[in-house]
Amino acid sequence: MALEKPEKDWWKPLTKDERIWIAVALVWMLISFFYMPYAHIAGSQNPPDETYRVSPEQFSSLVDAMVEKYQVGEEQGVPVVHPDPSEPVYLKSSMWEWYPILELEKGKTYRIHLSSVDIQHGFSLLPLNLNLMVLPGYDYVMEITPMESGEYHIVCNEYCGLGHHLMVGKLYVR
Amino acid sequence: MAEFRTCPETGLKIERNAENLIKWNVGIAVALLAVGGLFGLLMALTRWPSVHLLPADFYYRFLTLHGIDALLAWVLFFEMGLIYFTSVVILNSRAVCPRISWLAFGLMLVGGVLINIVVLLGKADVMFTSYVPLRADPLYYIGVILFAVGALIVFILFFANIINARREGAYDGTLPLGTFGLLAASIIGVVTLLHGAVIMIPTLLWSMGILPSLDASVYRLIFWGLGHPSQQINVCAMVAVWYMTAYLVMGAKPVNEKVSRTAFVLYILFINVASEHHLLVDPALSTWHKIVNTSYVMHLAVFASMIHAFCVPASFESTLREKGYTAGAFEWLKKVPWGNPAFSAVALSIVIFGFLGGITGVVFGTEQFNMIRHNTFAIPGHFHGTVVGGTTLAFMGFTYLMLPTIFRRKLILEGWAKAQPYVFGIGVSILSIGMMAAGSFGVPRRHWDITFAGASFPYAFDPSIDVFMTMVGLGGVLAAAGGVMYIVVALGSIFKGEKVA
Ligand code: HEM
Ligand SMILES: [Cu+2]
Ligand SMILES: [Cu+2]
Repeated sequence: MALEKPEKDWWKPLTKDERIWIAVALVWMLISFFYMPYAHIAGSQNPPDETYRVSPEQFSSLVDAMVEKYQVGEEQGVPVVHPDPSEPVYLKSSMWEWYPILELEKGKTYRIHLSSVDIQHGFSLLPLNLNLMVLPGYDYVMEITPMESGEYHIVCNEYCGLGHHLMVGKLYVR
Repeated sequence: MAEFRTCPETGLKIERNAENLIKWNVGIAVALLAVGGLFGLLMALTRWPSVHLLPADFYYRFLTLHGIDALLAWVLFFEMGLIYFTSVVILNSRAVCPRISWLAFGLMLVGGVLINIVVLLGKADVMFTSYVPLRADPLYYIGVILFAVGALIVFILFFANIINARREGAYDGTLPLGTFGLLAASIIGVVTLLHGAVIMIPTLLWSMGILPSLDASVYRLIFWGLGHPSQQINVCAMVAVWYMTAYLVMGAKPVNEKVSRTAFVLYILFINVASEHHLLVDPALSTWHKIVNTSYVMHLAVFASMIHAFCVPASFESTLREKGYTAGAFEWLKKVPWGNPAFSAVALSIVIFGFLGGITGVVFGTEQFNMIRHNTFAIPGHFHGTVVGGTTLAFMGFTYLMLPTIFRRKLILEGWAKAQPYVFGIGVSILSIGMMAAGSFGVPRRHWDITFAGASFPYAFDPSIDVFMTMVGLGGVLAAAGGVMYIVVALGSIFKGEKVA
């Protein structure tokens, strides 16, 4: 009894329906457990697993060098960059901007380095709905191969101060 | 000297100090739920696109306070009441060190009030997670630390109380199941709050400029070492309430104590490490680290919840069958007291916790799924299923039992009380489903304006999200109505209810 101490011999064998339910639940749990590593090995879409430490200054200068080398245009004051897939690509987050606008080629594989130069931000690629954390001090490397051309947006989905809801960037796949 | 009275309804010997401690902790919990719930309503009305009530700064400020007042303050103060109830009252024993108990209560209250003031003054718009290097005023962290130290003292007092009860011969042999559930909660509570100290003290020093910097990733790891297991405190307390309510309302006893207790032990063993499901798409941790932490061990804890989800309804069924309601498979289901608000709250809590909160938790906690749900509106959708539809609703139901036994007041407005769990449960379910559906389109959480008016590159969501965001608004209004009914009945009965002997 929940409010009284149990009877003397409460260490009782299980009844049949208890045993059945416990077996079903355990098997169910084991399947959902093994499914995760299985999907990680067999599947092709996993959260990235590659990180490095990077200081905001280092990261900013890497971004600037890429922009200088590959800029092809400008929108609302933000450079549009068409990088070479054989080189690292950088995307910088800061309050409250994604910088620069990347222009990628369909079917090519890129290594995109994400980092923040101030506080934590959330990378949310829409309408794809792909979400990753972007932390200051860490370089998070996402390897992607865009499959559909079009215009994508990057929304910030980690609260980052009063301008949080204005922090939207763009990404093109040509 | 300890003073006792005997409760005419339950036959429990209730000591004066314990009674007062429960009254104050539960009373303050209800008052803070009123505050937190009001902020919740304002959140829902802001995210409802055709209303969009608050300006941006107030939205973020009140969102911070909604997390603090509802999640931290209401739930923990109520749990402090449950700690005294299970470690003193149901053991027919006395509260040890009443002065320290009151000191702990005072620390929590001062901490909670301090946090509210600092946030309302606009000095800590950081959300309850306060992810560094987003900086709040040092007083904010001091408030959190005071609150946490108070709670830690009460978790430790739980052990002191049961040891004392045993020494004074108030019980012998095995603890009642309700006490056992809170024992699990208290063990987890101590471990959790130690994590809290490890992270909040350096964060305070950093905010004062004494420590030069704090690593964002280390903060997240240890913060969730605090934040996730503390949800398990809530689960243990909620499940204990399920069992205790079943007994108090219909005399139902657990079908098999061995099974139920083993499930609580699984919580203690496996839950503390599952915190990395908050970090599945973070840099810094390796995949295998995350997989072992979130999946393997977490699923054994989920397993424990599935056992309880079987045992509690099974105890209803077996009790009613013993009373002779044996026709067909489901006659007993018609005979459970659906009109008793304590009971209906627990029944709805089991269903909402399992189906809306539990299943989505397991799904969103897998690596690949997390990538398409992390920080979207689906996440608050998940935890309004667990901690609101589950824990909060169960605690609301238990209040209806505490009013006569502890507060010695009859319920006022019984009709309201009867309807309340349904109104609140349905409202929260609509709110939670709306959030999850919108989240599946990528709608972000903690976001003031998903039309992005004024942004350089506004994004237009699929127009169908309007339906789901409207569900959030309407569900929120309904849930808030259920919340108001609860608060009116609870506070009204405390102050104006007819006295019982
Ligand atoms: C009247 C009932 C309630 C309503 C209408 C409500 C509504 C909401 C809404 C709309 C949000 C905002 C989500 C966003 O914009 O990101 C939210 C967040 C939240 N709610 Fe509630 N809620 C209610 C009760 C509760 C209760 C009782 C708890 C805790 C036990 C709770 C815990 C939280 C937490 C922890 C957050 C997240 C805050 C954050 O992101 O920092 N809510 N709620
Ligand atoms: Cu941001
Ligand atoms: Cu942001």
